[in-house]
Amino acid sequence: MLSKGQLLEFYRQMHLIREFERECERQYTRGNIKGFLHVYSGEEAIAVGAISTLQPQDYVVTHYRDHGHALARGVNSKAVMAELFGKSTGCSKGRGGSMHMFDAEKNFMGGYAIVGGQLPVAAGLALASKYRGEDRIALCFLGDGALNEGEFHEAMNLAAIWKLPVIYFCENNLYGMGASAANNLVMYQEIYKMAAAYGIEGIQVDGNDVLAVRELMEQVTHRVRQGQGPIFVEARTYRLRGHSIADPANYRPTEEVAYWQSRDPIPSYREWLLKDGGATQAEIDQIHAAVERELVVAAEFAEKSPFPVAADLYRWVYQEDGA
Amino acid sequence: MAVISYREAVARGLREALQEDSRVFLMGEDIGPYGGSFAVTKGFWEEFGEARIKDSPLSESAIVGAGVGAAMAGLRPNVEIMTINFSLLAMDQIVNHAAKIRYMSGGQFSVPLMIRTVTGGGASVGATHSQSFEGWYASVPGLYVVVPSTPRDALGLFRTCRELGDPVLYVEHILLYGTRGEVPDEPYKIPLGQAEVKRLGRDVTIISYSRSVQVSLAAAELLATEGIQPEVVDLRTLRPLDIETVVQSVKKTHHVVVVEEAPKQGGFGAEVAAQVQRQAFEYLNAPVERVAGEEVPMPYSPPLERLAIPDADRVARAVRALLAS
Ligand SMILES: Cc1ncc(C[n+]2csc(CCOP(=O)(O)OP(=O)(O)O)c2C)c(N)n1
Ligand SMILES: [Mg+2]
Repeated sequence: MLSKGQLLEFYRQMHLIREFERECERQYTRGNIKGFLHVYSGEEAIAVGAISTLQPQDYVVTHYRDHGHALARGVNSKAVMAELFGKSTGCSKGRGGSMHMFDAEKNFMGGYAIVGGQLPVAAGLALASKYRGEDRIALCFLGDGALNEGEFHEAMNLAAIWKLPVIYFCENNLYGMGASAANNLVMYQEIYKMAAAYGIEGIQVDGNDVLAVRELMEQVTHRVRQGQGPIFVEARTYRLRGHSIADPANYRPTEEVAYWQSRDPIPSYREWLLKDGGATQAEIDQIHAAVERELVVAAEFAEKSPFPVAADLYRWVYQEDGA
Repeated sequence: MAVISYREAVARGLREALQEDSRVFLMGEDIGPYGGSFAVTKGFWEEFGEARIKDSPLSESAIVGAGVGAAMAGLRPNVEIMTINFSLLAMDQIVNHAAKIRYMSGGQFSVPLMIRTVTGGGASVGATHSQSFEGWYASVPGLYVVVPSTPRDALGLFRTCRELGDPVLYVEHILLYGTRGEVPDEPYKIPLGQAEVKRLGRDVTIISYSRSVQVSLAAAELLATEGIQPEVVDLRTLRPLDIETVVQSVKKTHHVVVVEEAPKQGGFGAEVAAQVQRQAFEYLNAPVERVAGEEVPMPYSPPLERLAIPDADRVARAVRALLAS
């Protein structure tokens, strides 16, 4: 049973991610954030529901749409925003940017921007855990697009034959960049079934329902922790924005967008909280106010933080003396 | 002469190929309804249909490999790899198959495959998305490597590439798409292996390719105000490499600076420097100077990224120092 505190915490995290992404879009138009910006809006229930079932020692690995996973893992919003500003106080010291967030303290093992690249890495993290006999699993997020890459096949097979403690969690938002998953994957409606070909159990879940994701992942993490080998999860979801800030996403049918807007994971969860979850409007308002304050602080922190200095251009290319 | 953008020049080359040669078809990620990641193929899917504009899954290795097979079977596939960074996932098909099949089959088979891709940094997209690997590919016999710096060159070289009987890596620069320039109206072509003097000068030869040519030209303008007249040579193709045009220029200027965006160690500029010293040693008044990217994964942070990529000031400084030595 989840406590009311936990239920509200899920709401707080989802709302934080949504508002964080809005702030990113604002800062992008002001020129404070550069390059690619892929926001996670619409998919919050996945990161929040899934990551909430992990232990601190577990690993999280993800793709380039990584702000939401970082925040759900507890990476400080100031450090994520500062990273986007390219500041030395960012979680990757300004060297990574939007697509390459890392935080060792949180065992947040990175956002990987080469599609599919994180899958073998996750297998390796799980391998290290198994090798040392640790109670530690790896949770690896991937987009539906990653299933088209050879690395998906190679990693799934490797994880299966070596029975690695890794969860491959596919966020099936029905699109890659602009290409619809329907054109790329024969199995796009039932991606989870592809896992069977590797002898891996595949499970589908509603990715816009934070409690459904949470409930499933409680069982999944438990079983993977017991050493039964990898599990593959497919969550059906939708990105409410374009692929990146540069993409108006007008290749998507309006009815489809409208349908998924009506299934926005945040308002529906809020309604449930108020009706059946025992939460009050005052508690919701408090969360909203706290998140707003947090983001003002994050943006200010990012703005006031210094850029990396020129003398540090060569830092961290290799191990440093005494490091 | 019409003034068009670099993007339009590439698109025109592709469109002509599709119109004139029914063996030509396109494969690539998001080249269909989305119009291409850099909008080069905008409208193509509607114009030519999905059988010829094959929107492909995110499978770099499979689409290049399928291009190899289709080319062996007599078609003229034109594959787009969204950026050169992702070409690493297809490198096996490019290097081990496309570039070798004619030779290994004793000339029985050929791979007339054109692979278009996008190189370069400066777009603040971080270390995995800002690399310049064309120099690596230039060390592969059996492959052509083409690196246009202007709309005119982009179109003229494209027309040559699409008729070649061997695989070509045609490399566009991410920051050049919006640049504009004059393009002749007649159906001109530019042969591979023909460098071009983009600016006449007398004091120093600046050699570069792709966007670094624009950087070098900007440096030349700066230097001209100080009474230094650089000659700027655009290699235009890395393989084949036209060293003759370079040597002719060096005979006149006696000083050489090679400019490129990739990290200096092992960069293509090293090959140019080696060939220049071998073929024009007695004409050189100073060692060949190189200006290149820093030996660092591309930082995201904009001020650091600016330090990591050569700019006009850095090229100008190198020229001044060389001439003062
Ligand atoms: C190997 C590789 N190919 C292409 C790209 C360009 N690219 C970045 S994201 C993307 C779409 C990925 O779609 P998906 O995996 O479904 O993730 P989503 O954006 O939907 O979260 C593409 C094609 C890349 N980053 N890496
Ligand atoms: Mg997707």
